[in-house]
Amino acid sequence: MTVESTAARKTTRRSSGAKRTASASAGAKKSQTSEPELVQLLTPEGERVQHPEYDIDLSADELRGLYRDMVLTRRFDAEATSLQRQGELGLWASLLGQEAAQIGSARALRDDDYVFPTYREHGVAWCRGVDPANLLGMFRGVNHGGWDPNSNNFHLYTIVIGSQTLHATGYAMGVAKDGADSAVIAYFGDGASSQGDVAESFTFSAVYNAPVVFFCQNNQWAISEPTEKQTRVPLYQRAQGFGFPGVRVDGNDVLACLAVTRSALERARRGEGPTLVEAFTYRMGAHTTSDDPTKYRADEEREAWEAKDPILRLKAYLEREGNADAAFFEELEAESEALGKRVREAVRSMPDPDHMAIFENVYADGHALVDEERAQFAAYQASFAEEGN
Amino acid sequence: MAVQKLPLAKALNESLRKALETDPKVLIMGEDVGKLGGVFRVTDGLQKDFGEDRVIDTPLAESGIVGTAIGLALRGYRPVVEIQFDGFVFPAYDQIVTQLAKMHARALGKIKLPVVIRIPYGGGIGAVEHHSESPEALFAHVAGLKVVSPSNSSDAYWMLQQAIQSDDPVIFFEPKRRYWDKGEVDTEAIPGELHKARVAREGSDLTLAAYGPMVKVCLEAAAAAQEEGKSVEVLDLRSMSPIDFDAIQTSVEKTRRLVVVHEAPVFYGSGAEIAARITERCFYHLEAPVLRVGGYHAPYPPARLEEEYLPGLDRVLDAVDRSLAY
Ligand SMILES: Cc1ncc(C[n+]2csc(CCOP(=O)(O)OP(=O)(O)O)c2C)c(N)n1
Repeated sequence: MTVESTAARKTTRRSSGAKRTASASAGAKKSQTSEPELVQLLTPEGERVQHPEYDIDLSADELRGLYRDMVLTRRFDAEATSLQRQGELGLWASLLGQEAAQIGSARALRDDDYVFPTYREHGVAWCRGVDPANLLGMFRGVNHGGWDPNSNNFHLYTIVIGSQTLHATGYAMGVAKDGADSAVIAYFGDGASSQGDVAESFTFSAVYNAPVVFFCQNNQWAISEPTEKQTRVPLYQRAQGFGFPGVRVDGNDVLACLAVTRSALERARRGEGPTLVEAFTYRMGAHTTSDDPTKYRADEEREAWEAKDPILRLKAYLEREGNADAAFFEELEAESEALGKRVREAVRSMPDPDHMAIFENVYADGHALVDEERAQFAAYQASFAEEGN
Repeated sequence: MAVQKLPLAKALNESLRKALETDPKVLIMGEDVGKLGGVFRVTDGLQKDFGEDRVIDTPLAESGIVGTAIGLALRGYRPVVEIQFDGFVFPAYDQIVTQLAKMHARALGKIKLPVVIRIPYGGGIGAVEHHSESPEALFAHVAGLKVVSPSNSSDAYWMLQQAIQSDDPVIFFEPKRRYWDKGEVDTEAIPGELHKARVAREGSDLTLAAYGPMVKVCLEAAAAAQEEGKSVEVLDLRSMSPIDFDAIQTSVEKTRRLVVVHEAPVFYGSGAEIAARITERCFYHLEAPVLRVGGYHAPYPPARLEEEYLPGLDRVLDAVDRSLAY
């Protein structure tokens, strides 16, 4: 391989006929051989470890709270996945495996902070108090959003990859202009890191010192493409080139995610600008219910990550420290079941939107053409009723 | 055996395979086009057979995909890029409109940009936001681009190869809800010209002009109209830029009535262009104004409302009746 490419390079540098072996793809395969260190406070075995910079002290109550959030979020996600299988939802993007990254980061937020999610942040939505049933409307196909972003400071899900990082940055610029000390957090995936919008949001946030935390859940895959197809350097290191700090955290460790995000938010509040947090985690399921991961990834990979399950890890710790007893786990189990049932019923009884909804909210101030088309549409619909259909 | 019955997606796959075999400069690029074979499997198996150098999984960056395809084309390659869904072309819209479309003219014709941009488009598959749009007018409006859309397997097979052979940039809109429809493909036939319309069904009372996903709806409408004693001609336009106005004129001179059908919003849509031109060309032949059936001036609605939004049999027949009532 190298012999051929060296020879080719020596002879015909710019001739289109010469064959230079695909050095990029050959090199790309092993871009991350020596993995950088992760901030970790809880080992996969559930042992508490110290970190010089990011240590936190949580009460037993708080620890149980994090555990509860993760369990209920996973239950909700599983329910949505099965509702999709039963034809109640058109699509579902599961967060299975990413509970710690989401709950840890979201529990670091204050109510007055603002969240810009992608389409998989069900755990974050949970922590913001968004009714889980509301998240399902767009996946069922009855609306494109389903909640008022301002009532929980939780923006609508964004499907176009990376777009929301710029909105978050602009919002944060506004927060700074207002002299407020709230912070903003933008969620996105490792794939999104390739988008121009994300690079531009890094530039803007650095230049304007915007109080924003970029929270990248590197779940190792962008549909079928591994992270190596997006980057040759560990993602958190990108931040440096834009002029702000980046940190990689064990995304399956809820304590570390909480500690690192809290610290980044505090930095933002102090007026010190953006931080990139890369939560190193894993998407245990398919990309969405439309995806078939067997086409591109090996079962062993998932098995290796299952050993790092964020929920089992915290459970082990709770038990080891005697912070939760059997009654707690039983009650939580019952609560999970109740949540599943509530979500199931909510989805099944979710009405289809009224036909006229097509024309609602197209403009805030109205538009003559929309009015005209709405009237035509109504008359057309009514003509069927007259015919007795 | 040269004639096979293939789903439209598979016909595209065979077409790409043929193009890769025939011309070593042809490259496939896009998100998930490699191992996964694309989210619709249009590129299934191509990376396995032609390697990662020819069938390239790109970073998740549409501007990057089109921008680098432009560079590759400048270097003598013929990139065929896949945009995963209609609503995701916009990060690349800048590159397509400001660069790809204009470079040939700016270079006084000295360089060619043989880039094909494949975009699965249109609704009817129950998808979430940004997965069902019909942005063809936004591209047809831009000088320097050619815009086409096959409606069946045979055209999918031939038009894609013709697009790849074209020295101009071609935006190749694939009717995603027809991907699974089977049709005959004669791989040894002599294909029609890329930008010529095709009479999909002969008729004498009225012409329905459509392209892509709506051709099938119009054929069904014509069949239904036949039962009511109306003879409807269906034109499959195949190309939205250029548009084969001669073919439409010929048909309208015969039938004297025209209804244009597309999924995209009617307002400023391709139907508006066709109506204006045909009114100019056929003013004295027309027995009724040219009517348009299409989407509303509203965002593509959530899946549970798309049946109301998309032109279906009833809306097309309603327009046929209105036209005939003049
Ligand atoms: C601009 C754009 N291009 C393509 C897509 C199609 N798409 C949806 S999700 C996805 C992969 C996203 O990967 P990543 O950013 O890593 O996030 P993850 O889903 O893994 O959380 C792709 C390609 C899209 N939604 N938006």
